[in-house]
Amino acid sequence: MSAVATQWAMALAGMVGLATVFGLLILWVSKRFKVEGNPIVEQINAILPQTQCGQCNFPGCKPYAEAIAKGEAPINQCPPGGQEGIKKLAELLDVEVLELNPENGTEEEDQVVEIVEADCIGCTKCIQVCPVDAIVGAAKLMHTVILDECTGCDLCIPACPVDCIIKIPAPMPAQLQRNPKPALLQTIEEARSW
Amino acid sequence: MSDIFLIFIGAAFVNNFVLVRFLGLCPFMGVSTQYKSALGMSFATAFVLTMSSIASYLVNEYLLVPLELEYLKTLSFILVIAVTVQVTEMILHKSSPLLYQVLGLFLPLITTNCAVLGVALLNVQKQNSLIESAFFGFGAAFGFGMVLVLFSAIRERLEMANVPESFRGLPIALMTAGIMSLAFMGFSGMTQA
Repeated sequence: MSAVATQWAMALAGMVGLATVFGLLILWVSKRFKVEGNPIVEQINAILPQTQCGQCNFPGCKPYAEAIAKGEAPINQCPPGGQEGIKKLAELLDVEVLELNPENGTEEEDQVVEIVEADCIGCTKCIQVCPVDAIVGAAKLMHTVILDECTGCDLCIPACPVDCIIKIPAPMPAQLQRNPKPALLQTIEEARSW
Repeated sequence: MSDIFLIFIGAAFVNNFVLVRFLGLCPFMGVSTQYKSALGMSFATAFVLTMSSIASYLVNEYLLVPLELEYLKTLSFILVIAVTVQVTEMILHKSSPLLYQVLGLFLPLITTNCAVLGVALLNVQKQNSLIESAFFGFGAAFGFGMVLVLFSAIRERLEMANVPESFRGLPIALMTAGIMSLAFMGFSGMTQA
């Protein structure tokens, strides 16, 4: 074999060998480090509003997402997500848009709860039921709601023995969180308006 | 020991990959709009750069040199980098979902970061040993990350500054990068190469 042909053969063998070794390595790693879990569940969960309110008759948004993915639950059981959420779910799953199931509740405008602090007796009952830990306080001390964290699921309202928790329209901070601030403020005017 | 320290300092400051060698400019401009993402990118790059400079050293030393295929090193190193990135991404996804969420977006971008290929090729050119290659890679990544984070902090402030309209956005960013590069010239000549 001529010198040129030998060199060609070497180059070809070397590169093919390298590529094969790397290919096998990736194959092994992808088997060894396979991530369990259904990606569609994550996608559905991302659309759900994460209020963890349980109005869908599931213990939280993730369980509801799993049930939708398995086909065990219809997509119209999430009142906080509203018609908008149902539309997005229908698009993702390529099914028909349904009306919100009235048994699960009705769509309401963005609301959060507030503790009437003068009436609070400090029983901590609302702290225990809050799914997102948005209530701070200690026994026999006044409690308050962290408005930024409150998802408006209303689970604390029936828990309160003195009925001191009221619903209020979501104030600015909560709205800010729901419509996140743009990554960059393009102009000074825009920055000032925030 | 001092050799390795000098290699690290040389790669990080004196011959900073972004501001002195002008490698890896695309992520430098692209990911520096926000401090947080710049930090994520820096960590991802540091990890991949160190790993890939070790891996390309091994490929060069035990495959290309024995087979006299040095002229194929660019091709092989691109392959090495792509595989390192892919493997890192998969392992991270499994072992540390939190870190994966932070770095996840940036990991694939690193494949096309020319600083990574530059480090691998310079390691061969300088005939660095395995340890030296690793530290050269880590130093380069440290320099890249530091400059990226500094630059992103400046850019965040620039967003709020009263910049003349025609300079807003990328033009003022490029000018800032130029001034930073000038500042880094102060390090020049402190170490060899």
